[in-house]
Parts: sequence; C-alpha cells; structure tokens
Amino acid sequence: MRVPILEVQNVTMRFGGVVANRNVSFNVEHGAVTALIGPNGAGKTTMFNCITGFYRASEGRIVLNAESGPQDIGNLVTRRITGGSHLVTRAGIARTFQNIRLFKDMSVVENLLVAQHLATTNSLLSGVFRTPAFRKTERDAVDRAYYWLEQVNLVSDANRLAGELPYGRQRRLEIARAMCTGPRLICLDEPAAGLNPSETHDLSDVIQRLCADHDQSVLVIEHDMGLVMRISNHIVVLDHGEVISDGTPEHVGNDPAVVAAYLGVSEEEVTV
Amino acid sequence: MKSNILSMLSKQALLTFTVSLVLFGPISGLILDGFSFKNELLKAVSLAAVVTAGRVVISLFQISAIGRKLAAGLASGHNGITVKTGQEKSPLFILVLLFIAGLSLPFFADKYFLGIAILALIYCLLGLGLNIVVGLAGLLDLGFVAFYAVGAYLLALGSQYIGLGFWGALVIAPFLAGLCGMILAFPVLKMHGDYLAIVTLGFGEIIRLVLNNWLEFTGGPNGASVPPPTVFGLEFTRTAKQGGVPIHDYFGVSYSADYKFWFIYIVLFLVVCIVIYAVERLRVMPLGRMWEALREDEVACRSLGVNHVFTKLTAFMLGASTGGLAGVFFAVHQGFVNPTSFTFFESALILAIVVLGGLGSTVGVILAALVLTILPELLRDFAEYRVLVFGILMVVMMMWKPRGLVRIKRPAFFPGEAGRGLPAGAEVRQ
Repeated sequence: MRVPILEVQNVTMRFGGVVANRNVSFNVEHGAVTALIGPNGAGKTTMFNCITGFYRASEGRIVLNAESGPQDIGNLVTRRITGGSHLVTRAGIARTFQNIRLFKDMSVVENLLVAQHLATTNSLLSGVFRTPAFRKTERDAVDRAYYWLEQVNLVSDANRLAGELPYGRQRRLEIARAMCTGPRLICLDEPAAGLNPSETHDLSDVIQRLCADHDQSVLVIEHDMGLVMRISNHIVVLDHGEVISDGTPEHVGNDPAVVAAYLGVSEEEVTV
Repeated sequence: MKSNILSMLSKQALLTFTVSLVLFGPISGLILDGFSFKNELLKAVSLAAVVTAGRVVISLFQISAIGRKLAAGLASGHNGITVKTGQEKSPLFILVLLFIAGLSLPFFADKYFLGIAILALIYCLLGLGLNIVVGLAGLLDLGFVAFYAVGAYLLALGSQYIGLGFWGALVIAPFLAGLCGMILAFPVLKMHGDYLAIVTLGFGEIIRLVLNNWLEFTGGPNGASVPPPTVFGLEFTRTAKQGGVPIHDYFGVSYSADYKFWFIYIVLFLVVCIVIYAVERLRVMPLGRMWEALREDEVACRSLGVNHVFTKLTAFMLGASTGGLAGVFFAVHQGFVNPTSFTFFESALILAIVVLGGLGSTVGVILAALVLTILPELLRDFAEYRVLVFGILMVVMMMWKPRGLVRIKRPAFFPGEAGRGLPAGAEVRQ
C-alpha cells in the first residue's frame, strides 16, 4: 500500500474553552476520495481549516507527504513573517469553500489565471514589455485554464463574468480553479450544498473523473449521503469533535455508532 | 391610455407645486423688514410654477421615445462590467490621433490654458496612481497626498541641499515615494477597510505636519523654492543661472517665458502616456490580476497560494511611485512648494477622481481627472459655489452611476492552437 497523502495525527483544536476537535487522527489515501462526514457542529469545517492552513491546530501534527518529502502544515502556517495559509497551497493542498468564494467581477478565465500565479511570469518589467518568456507562460496558462474548463464542462462560459454563472456552474468553476493550482490534494467543503439532483450528479461525475483520470487525491466534506456513498472510497465520521468511525462506505454505513450519531439516540440504547 | 398619462402628470405637477411652495414660501415669500415682514407670496408662487413646469417637461421627455431609449441605455448592464468579445476593433487610430493632438496642444493653447492642462495631467497621474491602490487592489488610501508631497519636496529640498536637478528628481522620486509607501504599508497591511483608511489618513497628516514644523530643514510654512528645469544643460530663464546656456540664445530666438511650460507639458504628457500604457498592461498581467482578485476576495486568494501581504505591498508601492512622479511635476510647474498644497482636501479630490471615474477603469480616471480640474476653471464665475457643484455632482453620480462614468471592460482570453489536447496530467509545477 502506498504512503497516505495526508496524515492527521492526534489533532486537537481549541477555541478558548471550547474544544472543536479532540484527538482526531485519520489518513487520506493517495488517488482516492476520502469523505469527512458528521452531524452539524461535529467539527468538520474546523478540521478542514486546520488541514488547509487557515487555523493552526492547538495540538497534534498534520503532515502532507508531498513529492519533496513530508511537510508539517502547522510549521508552514506559523513560519515567521513569510508564513501563512498561502504556503499550504503552495505545498500542494487546494481547497474550495462552503459558501462559494469566486472573484465575481472577473471573468471565468481570469479566475483560473489568478490560480496559476506560480506558473506565470509575474515580474513587472517582463509584463510591461511583453517579453517572449512572459507571452509563453501566459499562453500556457490560458491553455491550461481552458483544459480545466473542458474537464468541468464550462468552456462555453469561459468569457463571462464568474458572478453571472448559475450556482451549480459556480461550484464547478471553484473546483476547476482549485485544480489550476496543481494540487496534490484537493479539499472540497460541501461541494453539493444548494445543488439540485441533476447538478449533484454532474458534480459527482467531475469528482470521480478527477480521481480516475488525474490520479487526484480528494478530501470532501458533504451532507448529501447519496453522493458520499456513491463517490467515496473511504469515510471518516466525526461527532462532537471526535472520530467515531473510520473505514469503507459499507463498514461506516453499518456502524451502530454512526447510526446513533445521525439519529440522535444515545449510544447505550443502541448497543444494549 | 391618454387620460392615464394626463392624470399621472397632473398628480406629479400638484405634488411638485406643493413641495416647492412649502420650500419657497418662507424663503422668498416673506421678506423681513425690521421687526415685521413684507408678504410677497406672488413671487414664491411664480417660482413654484416655474419648477412645476420644469418637472412636467422632464416627465414628458421621459415618456417620449428618445427619453425611453436613454433610460434603457442607463439601466442596461446591471453592474457596469462586461467581458469583451474579442472582436472589438483596435482603438489604435484614435489613440494615435489623441497622442498627436495632445503633443501639439502647446502650439495652439495660450499660457493660461496650458497651465490648466498641466494641472489636469498632474491629476491624471495622481488618479492613475491611486487607482492602482484603491481601484485595483481595493485598499482605501486616504493619505495619498503624502507621496505627492514626497515627490515635490524631493525636488525642492534636493536642489537646495545636494544640487539635485529636475531629471535626477524625476528618476529618484518614484523610488523614494515607493520606499515611503513600503514603510507605511508594512505595519498596516494586516488591517482591513476602515482601519487601513484611518491609518493612511494619519500618515498623510504626519507628512504634512513634519513639512510644516521642521523649520530648519523644510522651510516650514514659508515653503521652499524649486529651480526651473533644464534640458541638456539648456535653461529656460532669461539669463543663465545654473551654469548653462539659455535656450533662446542657443536657438537664436527671442525670449519667451512660455518655453518652460511647453517643455514641462511635453515631458509630462509623455510620462502620462507611459504610465497609462503600464497601467493598461497591468490589467492583463498576473500582478494586476492578483490585485483585483485580492479586492474581490482575500480569503480565496490565500487559498490559491497568493501571498496577500506581498501583493498588497507591491500595489501600495507602485501607487506611491506614481504619486511621487506627479509631485515632481507639480513642484517644477509651480516653482515653489509649501505644505498647504498637500492637505487632506487634496487626498479627497484624488479619491473623488478615482471613484468618479469608476474604480479600476483607466479611461474613466483620465476623464474624471480632466473634468474635475477643468470644470472648476470654467466655473470661475461661480467661485463660491464650486465646492457645492462638486458635491452635487458626486451625490448624483453615486445615485445613478455608482460604478463610475465608464463601463469597465474585462479582457477576453482564447486558447491557442496548442491548447487542444494538453496531456492529461497537466501539472502547474514542473
């Protein structure tokens, strides 16, 4: 078995006296879809923000096994002066947001071009004088943007404003934008929230294609159990900030603790 | 249908008449005369009648065909931003025409008009600079005038203490102002919106107060004089004062004080053209795109790996550099600088130019700068009402065209031939 792409080791996250995550450990497998599920307030999004570097976990380690060797997310975030969540993305973790965060007044292609700022020639002078290197990287970036638009079926909307797109397309555009950063692991925060059944179906196609065609590792938070059961290879269930179940969809679906958490029955009653 | 319109018109007319009578009645209907008052209600009624007639004419115009078309034109494009189709005609011809017209202006204009034109171009530069900070990067800067002052005082004090000339200052000013921008920006860039605005406001005032109170170094409120410019050692004064040759002697023509202004105008015009080109390029460059993305959503930017602090810093520095350039031209045009030229009102005026032009629109900013500097000159006759007109203009603009005078057009991108069939694992990082 390959080394997992992301290892979450005994992570605890506290906000003052409130413990959002307690001693959470799980792995995200390479080239597979891992789903993080749980009832509302279970600490899923907090966990997500720790992984993507928006929070610094109070205790524990989150390690990304990138090509260049393992990297501790916490160290990237707290590095002096230059540190921050942008380094986490540069290390290879891209994310989308629960409430879509596109650059609404920019065109769809521009949204994707911003995501490729590491590959383009950013120097002021080369841009003003249009050096050959600048033009080449810019052309490549546009081509790559169109490639990802094709992957999520948005080519026809390429030169529209991102804010004008229907909701479902905005969701797919956000995934394309995250993919344009060339991530090792893409984290999707409730990608199906607010979508109708046919849009959800399109979305699950897109996610499965990411895994199958691009060997992309995916971590997804989702409430739509139909979608989760259909696409994921591995499910982690959180409740009250703790992992209560971890395994294949069949294992988790039959786990009494998970049923209890979702139906709101106390554990003793179920196990008796 | 016809009676419907008629009843609507009469309703409007009645309402307008009543409101204007209530307003005009006490103001012009009653005239104080010692402790009693004269009753001149007829005057108020006639004034109200004129206003009502005007209202009816406007309503009639609105329901006419032309009026409807105009209203539809104003209402279309819900937020004033469109993406180009990629089939627009290149405006090169018009640009070349404008360039030639701009360059030949000194040969037609008199000295007074040339002075206004120079001032308008200086405000263009300031507007373009602040447009980078406020319009593109979305950082509200209320102390922009500080960088303007840095540029102006660099030339004034530089010539006084180390013999710096116009050309030297022109080269150094962007760097010095950019450095000042960086010094200011480092501690404040972690702040957002309102807080940033207050801190920059404070910075602008600090610079002005230092200039005002450091009597030994800056000359305080007495200001400092600025030497006239030279070109290749040729001077624009009647007799050479800086060890060169007067330009009219060199070319064997008679002396005219206008030459200096011609020279300043042409250099300034070329600098403005270069800055416009650079700013237009920025909009399709990764750096400019990152600024705009930061303005739209900072959290999303961080999630894409954009170093938001560094990116904001570059916006601040480039904006400040442009402001510094403008300062040098201001100093050399006036021949004298003192702190009263760099008050908060100046910052507000520059901000008004940017907002009026439409945040982020280069053409809009240039138009607004021209309007806001030339309009006050045309309104000299109503000098007392200038600020009032200015204020009304702002209010009306914000109500009807909150996104500025000019509709923003975003560039369109199309894939190259090589784009088809990129390998499946098209990774960004090599």
